[in-house]
Amino acid sequence: MTFLPKSQLPPLLRAIHDPPRRLYLRGDGGSELLALTAVAVVGARACSPYGAQVARMLGRDLAAAGVVVVSGLARGVDGEAHRGALQADGHTVAVLGCGIDRDYPAAHAGLARQICERSLIVSEYEPGVEPLAWRFPARNRIIAGLCAATIVVEARERSGSLITADFALEEGREVFAVPGEITSSLSAGTNALLRLGATPLTCGGDVLESLGIAPAAKRPETGHPLLELMPATADELARRSGLGAAELAAQLAALELDGLTSEADGIYRALAP
Amino acid sequence: MLARAITFALVGLEPRRVEVEAHVQSGVPAFTLVGLVDRACQEAKQRVRSGIKSSELEWPGNKSTVNLAPAELKKEGSGFDLPIALALLAASGQVPRDRLAEHASYGELALDGRLRRVGGVFAVAEGARRAGLERLVCALDACAEAALAGVEPVGVRHLAEAVAYLRGELEPPEWVPSNGRARRPPLDLADVRGQERARRALELAAAGRHNMLFGGPPGIGKTMLARRLPGILPPLDDDVALEVTRIHSVAGLVDPEHPLIGYPPFRAPHHSASTAAIVGGGPKLRPGEASLAHHGVLLHDELAEFQRPALEALRQPLEDGEILVARAAGSVRFPARFQLIGTMNLCPCGARGDPGAQCSCSAQRITRYRDRLSRALLDRFDIVVTVPRPRASELQAAGGEGSDAVRTRVLSARLRLADAPPARTPAADVLLTRAVDRLRLSGRGRAKVASVARTIAALAEAGEVLPEHIAEALAYRAPPGLAT
Repeated sequence: MTFLPKSQLPPLLRAIHDPPRRLYLRGDGGSELLALTAVAVVGARACSPYGAQVARMLGRDLAAAGVVVVSGLARGVDGEAHRGALQADGHTVAVLGCGIDRDYPAAHAGLARQICERSLIVSEYEPGVEPLAWRFPARNRIIAGLCAATIVVEARERSGSLITADFALEEGREVFAVPGEITSSLSAGTNALLRLGATPLTCGGDVLESLGIAPAAKRPETGHPLLELMPATADELARRSGLGAAELAAQLAALELDGLTSEADGIYRALAP
Repeated sequence: MLARAITFALVGLEPRRVEVEAHVQSGVPAFTLVGLVDRACQEAKQRVRSGIKSSELEWPGNKSTVNLAPAELKKEGSGFDLPIALALLAASGQVPRDRLAEHASYGELALDGRLRRVGGVFAVAEGARRAGLERLVCALDACAEAALAGVEPVGVRHLAEAVAYLRGELEPPEWVPSNGRARRPPLDLADVRGQERARRALELAAAGRHNMLFGGPPGIGKTMLARRLPGILPPLDDDVALEVTRIHSVAGLVDPEHPLIGYPPFRAPHHSASTAAIVGGGPKLRPGEASLAHHGVLLHDELAEFQRPALEALRQPLEDGEILVARAAGSVRFPARFQLIGTMNLCPCGARGDPGAQCSCSAQRITRYRDRLSRALLDRFDIVVTVPRPRASELQAAGGEGSDAVRTRVLSARLRLADAPPARTPAADVLLTRAVDRLRLSGRGRAKVASVARTIAALAEAGEVLPEHIAEALAYRAPPGLAT
């Protein structure tokens, strides 16, 4: 375990109003990772399957284009964003709100281990510091500070993710919000951000374009007819595609293996390639 | 005077020969019952006395002692009434002793001397046959059950009839031998509309005897589907049917008219059930729901609401196909090779998976809810299907295929799996390996996919497991949020 003193912090982080005095690092990624272009993907812990899917997709698309995906290792959107980045064999940085030696939440210990294999976990807190509620908003300023842009995927009205967005705005960084259903309380926070002038995000390419980065080459295999019908349950897909249950299950599993779809609570959703 | 009657006591499902010895001697009138008898059995004294008097027979007014030997074997229940009465009557010279010794007898007496059927007749009759006794005196409505075990039943309605028969004064009343099997419950798959994936999973579970878990919001027909599984299972072979009948007989659950359980039994214990109620045991060492579902289906509706110990206790029978209930006095084996079907909501409030409702559960609550099931138990479900709420348009669709057609396919797939189980082609192997890597399947997860794929191939009448069969099997694995 190492740490960076204030003088060696990456320039973007050093430029914020209240940079950390030092930044502890864990993992094999190396501190030069922090100097690469980074984008924060944050959002609700209790996210909807839609939020999880979007977070995963963004994590994957951004990492595939060589952007470092920064988030907070929390459940829900954060975890999915990290996972997406790992899936694309890209880099991701988890910023903790507790001591650098801790895996919080404990359920993400496995994820933390995977992140450490190739990327970094960072924290401004020395080993042993407890995860107390007030430390998470403070942690959010580091997430926003490390990144050129911040994406809020899903947030309730008074969500910690909005604090991250506020920090980003204060520092003059780009803020994107993923539009959601206006009737869903899980989208109240993101829709409020949009009303305040945040850029609506419809795909990972939106961010890359504003950062001037070329998106990763698209995968050749797209346009499977089943993907056009999603989101839908297996039975709806069967009826609308005319496939039998057996044939359909086989095709869906094949798409899932190719990373083109995922199932949550019985509903299949297309993942943008 | 001394006389003896033969009957059988049950230890678990096993009949043990018991000699009921009656000794009548002069002395102060008294009636003593000895030989490690339980309460129901001790009460036999009152029933026997009043039964004998109601039959206008003579109560041996002297000092009479009845001993149930061997004395170290615990005797339970009321089936000893009849042999006790007959032994007393023989000891007092009212029934020929030699003739009594050629018969086994079993049944409960009513106070007016009528004979009542009790559970376990089948096992007792089996014991009689093994002990070389050809005839069993029992209640008339227990005859069909006794005859299944290969003894000649002597069905009587009343103690007086039993006595008259033993004296040679009366032929026992005719009973109509019934070869009819117990009826299949009339639940047909044709009642289910839509739910194509769940139907397909049900068919696979039936063909491959896979344990299956249905997840989904309440009210979408998970239970309705699960209840229709027995209807698409093939009938039981005769020797298996007898095995199942023995268990149901001991539990007193056999239909007197059609005693043979010829179809896979279906048991659905309520989620408040105790461990002993599910795996068997308790003070009387009775078979539990898991054994009653032997060669059939055990439905655990609302799986996550069951008490954890009661669920974990299922792991042994799921692995070994039997339950070993150990007591200080000895242990008993109950066969329990059942197919476990579980249903559960996706979250405690039930709204998850329902597009028309918003789930209000926090991530922690959902985790806690799902954590009620151990990984080890979830691991034993080969097929996990999430059933989302169907749209209204699907409910207007015509009813699906009926159970008879599905059952025919299931039967031929089972034969195929038994005769020549299909092996994986190299291409299927490649796909399976890729899936293990991409989806991070455990060793057991891989084995489950391979086994479900074999069933799929058999249902498709394919000689080999092809890649598409592996792919379909992958669709029925547990979602990462639930288990491996």
